[in-house]
Amino acid sequence: MYEKNGDKYFIVDAHVHLWDARARNLRNIHGKQFIDCFYDYHRNLSPEEQVWDYETYCYYGPERLMRDLFEDGPADHAIFQATILKDFYINGFAQVDKSLELCRSNPDKLTYNHAYDPRDGEEGLEQLRRDAESMHLQGVKLYTAEWHGDSRGYKLDDPWSRRYLEECINLGIKNVHVHKGPTIRPLDRDAFDVADIDKVATDYLDLNFIVEHVGLPRLEDFCWIATQESNVYGGLAVAIPFIHTRPRYFAQIIGELMYWIGEDKILFASDYALWTPQWLVERFVDFQIPEDMSEYAPLTVNQKKKILGLNAAALYPNIKVPDELQIPTDAADPGAEVAAGAKDAVNA
Amino acid sequence: MTAVADRRATPSTMVEAAIAALGTVVDPELDEPITDLNFVRSILVDDEGITVHLRLPTSFCSPNFAYLMASDAQDALQQLDDAGLVRVMLDDHHDSDKINAGLAAEAGYLGTFGVEADEGLDDLRATFVRKAHTAAMERCVSDLLARHEVTPDEIGHLTLRDLPPGPKKSALLRRRANVGLSLCPNSLVLVGDDGQPVSPDDAGMRLRFARSVRISMEGNGHFCRGLLATRYADDADCDGRSGPVITDLRTHRSAS
Repeated sequence: MYEKNGDKYFIVDAHVHLWDARARNLRNIHGKQFIDCFYDYHRNLSPEEQVWDYETYCYYGPERLMRDLFEDGPADHAIFQATILKDFYINGFAQVDKSLELCRSNPDKLTYNHAYDPRDGEEGLEQLRRDAESMHLQGVKLYTAEWHGDSRGYKLDDPWSRRYLEECINLGIKNVHVHKGPTIRPLDRDAFDVADIDKVATDYLDLNFIVEHVGLPRLEDFCWIATQESNVYGGLAVAIPFIHTRPRYFAQIIGELMYWIGEDKILFASDYALWTPQWLVERFVDFQIPEDMSEYAPLTVNQKKKILGLNAAALYPNIKVPDELQIPTDAADPGAEVAAGAKDAVNA
Repeated sequence: MTAVADRRATPSTMVEAAIAALGTVVDPELDEPITDLNFVRSILVDDEGITVHLRLPTSFCSPNFAYLMASDAQDALQQLDDAGLVRVMLDDHHDSDKINAGLAAEAGYLGTFGVEADEGLDDLRATFVRKAHTAAMERCVSDLLARHEVTPDEIGHLTLRDLPPGPKKSALLRRRANVGLSLCPNSLVLVGDDGQPVSPDDAGMRLRFARSVRISMEGNGHFCRGLLATRYADDADCDGRSGPVITDLRTHRSAS
């Protein structure tokens, strides 16, 4: 819980990791390139006093995670979004067993979303059924740019991917978190193309598609599909740290999101340990659209409450919000009134 | 590279020509020259030819854009008189080996990427040329709106003639040329992705979406610059915030 000026905020960090990128876990140069890329993101966008040393960044462990999120940090609940990268890391980038252990010891604080890869075919489908049961999955994290043998990415509307999404519906997994990394195949197309999300969101209305990083670097394409689909959400991971380095650009991002997809469909996320939630939440609660940007309405306390936790809690029924912190949100309600921009777009 | 960079040397005309040629190469996603983005790490000119090293903000920048910029750079340098042998190399990318081998062999896109490539990168290029035009169009229209020289109801009727001269208009005209739109002063400014006029009812929404395109492209520019500077902060010769290391070892001057 976070409190400021008498306002109390229920905080759900909708995107956290427990990773191991130590040298002994690197399968090849790409594992090194991947964590170095993450470290550059961290160093580039964090306030100076929040920058970790490289060794800690490669492996920080479960205790540090609990401290950063819940003790020193403001989170009431956090959701693991597993990124496996088995072609880059010997035992995987995400520490699945340790994450699950933490979830079992702290069921009121942590939710685990596992990753599957539709290129694993029938065998992977079987595994998904087993995982759904043993891990009590309510959500999955898909990284479409993951390398997999000779393949360097897939599309959500590929036939096998559709089979997995249909299986998610059968298994009661409702929340599909999608990270559209640079998908290399087909190389002729824009690697960050979001058209595949558009297609599956239309075809699988029983699923919620949470697009991580609000589609960056294709914010405009993401906003456009979110206006067309009632079951598309945006996660703020990677977008929100701009609140420190480029507050005016962040104002534009959040302004666009509020206009196109609305306050009920935006989810706070730190992407821990890329960034820690404490400073992000502090800054976001204090944040306001600059006065000269009259094209955007000011953010209200209630809108911030929804974005910081109540929307995610609406998508995950296991996350219990104390009555005194709850306000109504239309997240998870497919029949809800859409955002202004979405309405205009549909009528145009 | 064993040559020591000497920044105080007066660049030869070939060095200047190489810098100018590289300045014509644009990052399609950001609509900015690779020289302005500091993606050029070094330029070496010697009696054999020109060697250029490029580098990008992350190892995982999309390989199709990485290839486009590197091959455009190679093409631009090869068009210079007396260039000699042109070598362009992309450093520190997950596909560096593949891309550099393809460039050295002049294998083209399909030859470089093999089965991962399908037909070509023309459609990809066209998509981003179109986005660049959309962003330039929005800047011009929003500029007039901000100065109250036009009302929101009138934006669908604006013609190129109505735009005041200046960098925004020049940028729009160049991008109109890139997408194949008319430069006639009577042409409408606000057009759809297909280049067709927008109905008065849809003009507001078209401008609104164009603003998202502009914000997205500008934001990606901030992001790429920041990441490049962070990534190469420890490179004493070229820290990602400055121009390339220039080494001029050419002894002969061209007759031209």
